[in-house]
Amino acid sequence: MNAGLPRWADLFLLPAVNLAVALMAAGVMVALVGQDPAEVIQVLIRGAFGSQRGLSYTLYYATTFIFTGLAVSVAFHAGLFNIGGEGQAILGGLGAGLVALWFSSFLPAWVMLPLMLLAGALFGMAWAAVPGYLQAYRGSHIVITTIMFNFLASSLLVYLLVNHMKVPGSMAVESAPFAESAKLPRMHEFLAGMGVQWSASPLNTSLFLALLAALCVYLLLWHTRAGYNLRATGSSASAAAYAGINPKHQVIMAMGVSGALAGMVGMNEIAGVTGRLMLEYVSGAGFTGIAVALMGRNHPVGIVVASILFGALFQGGAEVSFDVKGFSRDMVVMLQGFIVLFSGAMAYVLAPGMARLLAAMRSKPRGAVHG
Amino acid sequence: MDEAMIGSLIASTLRVSTPLILCALAGLLSERAGVIDIGLEGKMLFAAFAAGAAGVAFGSTALALLMAMATTVVLSWLHGLACVSYRGDQVVSGVAVNIIAVGMTAVLGIAWFAQGGQTPPVTTEVRLQAVFPGASAWFADIPFVGPLIGYGLLSHNIMVYVTLALVPAVWWLLYRTRFGLRLRAVGENAHMVDAAGVSVTRMRYAALTLNGMLCGLAGSYLVLAQSAAFVPNMTAGRGFMALAAMIFGKWHPVGAFWACLLFGFLDAVAIRLQGVHLPGIGEVPVQAVQALPYLLTVILLAGFIGRTVAPQALGRPYVKDR
Repeated sequence: MNAGLPRWADLFLLPAVNLAVALMAAGVMVALVGQDPAEVIQVLIRGAFGSQRGLSYTLYYATTFIFTGLAVSVAFHAGLFNIGGEGQAILGGLGAGLVALWFSSFLPAWVMLPLMLLAGALFGMAWAAVPGYLQAYRGSHIVITTIMFNFLASSLLVYLLVNHMKVPGSMAVESAPFAESAKLPRMHEFLAGMGVQWSASPLNTSLFLALLAALCVYLLLWHTRAGYNLRATGSSASAAAYAGINPKHQVIMAMGVSGALAGMVGMNEIAGVTGRLMLEYVSGAGFTGIAVALMGRNHPVGIVVASILFGALFQGGAEVSFDVKGFSRDMVVMLQGFIVLFSGAMAYVLAPGMARLLAAMRSKPRGAVHG
Repeated sequence: MDEAMIGSLIASTLRVSTPLILCALAGLLSERAGVIDIGLEGKMLFAAFAAGAAGVAFGSTALALLMAMATTVVLSWLHGLACVSYRGDQVVSGVAVNIIAVGMTAVLGIAWFAQGGQTPPVTTEVRLQAVFPGASAWFADIPFVGPLIGYGLLSHNIMVYVTLALVPAVWWLLYRTRFGLRLRAVGENAHMVDAAGVSVTRMRYAALTLNGMLCGLAGSYLVLAQSAAFVPNMTAGRGFMALAAMIFGKWHPVGAFWACLLFGFLDAVAIRLQGVHLPGIGEVPVQAVQALPYLLTVILLAGFIGRTVAPQALGRPYVKDR
């Protein structure tokens, strides 16, 4: 469905134009509420990239988005729409948090942290595999089931925190803090160990984990048999079935990998920052993952770039809301919605016009059209 | 449990269910025409904001309702533009509507009213009042059934009764009119409808228009009847619950109606069960009762309670053969 666009235009020009349209729509809204879009952009970029602290926050937000964006994209490649990143990330955080609460007092960090990663990934995987199984074997629609599982996950978290994990006598709905061994080193601590001075921020070493995950997803999808089977199912389940691939297994496998990736969000938010279980550590990142995956065209490199962009929007947006009166971070949420609309749902609205334009531009200088 | 408590339980079940029913009927009309509508939640939120803002600005119930419905109809058309006219992904488009709604209502609320995204409360004249204000007192003396009828059934505002009337109305529209037959046919086999000389695109837009109007009513109910002002994110998942109810009701208006009543009842019970010890069970976790609608829907969809069959052409954009 690329409407006769050349490959480079389909891969780079069309997404860039769609992103520009989304930014323009948001710019119009900024102007409509009486602010200067140029000023907002300036403060936003300075806030996101202008200082060590700003850059660190940008990358800290990006870390979470890389995980959820990869999660959405793996499912997409198998032809599935996983809206459940939110719930899977909650379960992942829960898994990491539970093992930390149980074992962190006596296990050393080099056992504890991999264990938390494993528990988070497994919990997320399980929470995604159930909708996958229901889609493959019971015919229930994955979109609806994963939405329901989001609500079930947040209810479960609230129940466990309020009724079982809350520190007695405390008003705050949060668990007891983990021991030191369950905390990932912050980036400034890590860099200080290497002799580099860096300002303190929530950015932690889970960024490396996220980049490693992106690399692994790339290798899995394009350089292994399993990834080939998964993508084949996504392109055409019936053709895959004729080639001897069981589409049902692929659905469960894709959802499992997807959920495991979303589940790793806990490493950034729980092990990296809060050091305890609390409410709201996902706060919409699962949905941002959809925008990230759409913008990054479901490719790990694109997803990392899109995550940094969204990290910059969240960090810069926070900065703008301090500096510009009447601006709030809701503007960033709105822009995120515009990006899903223009880069996702309406991605090919502009394609036919663009194809005609490109064809006209190409035929003019050469004077002849072939084919 | 005495009759006064049963009466208030019936009353709050009806109050909580009303926006769910409106929203579920909206989703049903769109999905029976083959267009998935994940954006119910966002449209409802937009409608609540439009009703709140217009109610404050113009001080008129009619204008508040009108603005809310106009906003949601436009949003439905946008959904149609993306996925009926341009054959984009229906789920992605719905997700976009939801995210834009959360962001844009807060942005506009802050810009227009400067109260952290809230609107000021609409005045009592703008809010919907009970249709039979004396009914509770009137029936109070009748033993047992008095509170049930007086408070439980007759203490509500006009929109509750309109909603109850809309259930058979939508059923009649879908199953007893030519329009309804065509609408359902578009959702089952669009090629057949096209071959019969009816425009698939026009039918789907018609369904989306009705969907927008009902979403508008659902959202404005939250501001004009339930609470007096718009608060950011005030729909709090009701749109998704309505979606669940529509599926639980097997894409049928009467089934969806009962599902909404069940979910509304669970919500009303959950609030009353807070901190109550039941014999044999102990303290009931409120979260479990609140999560029950979603759990039931998953179990139903998995085919463990009867079978649900979605419209055949649901989610499939129509490409005309040449």
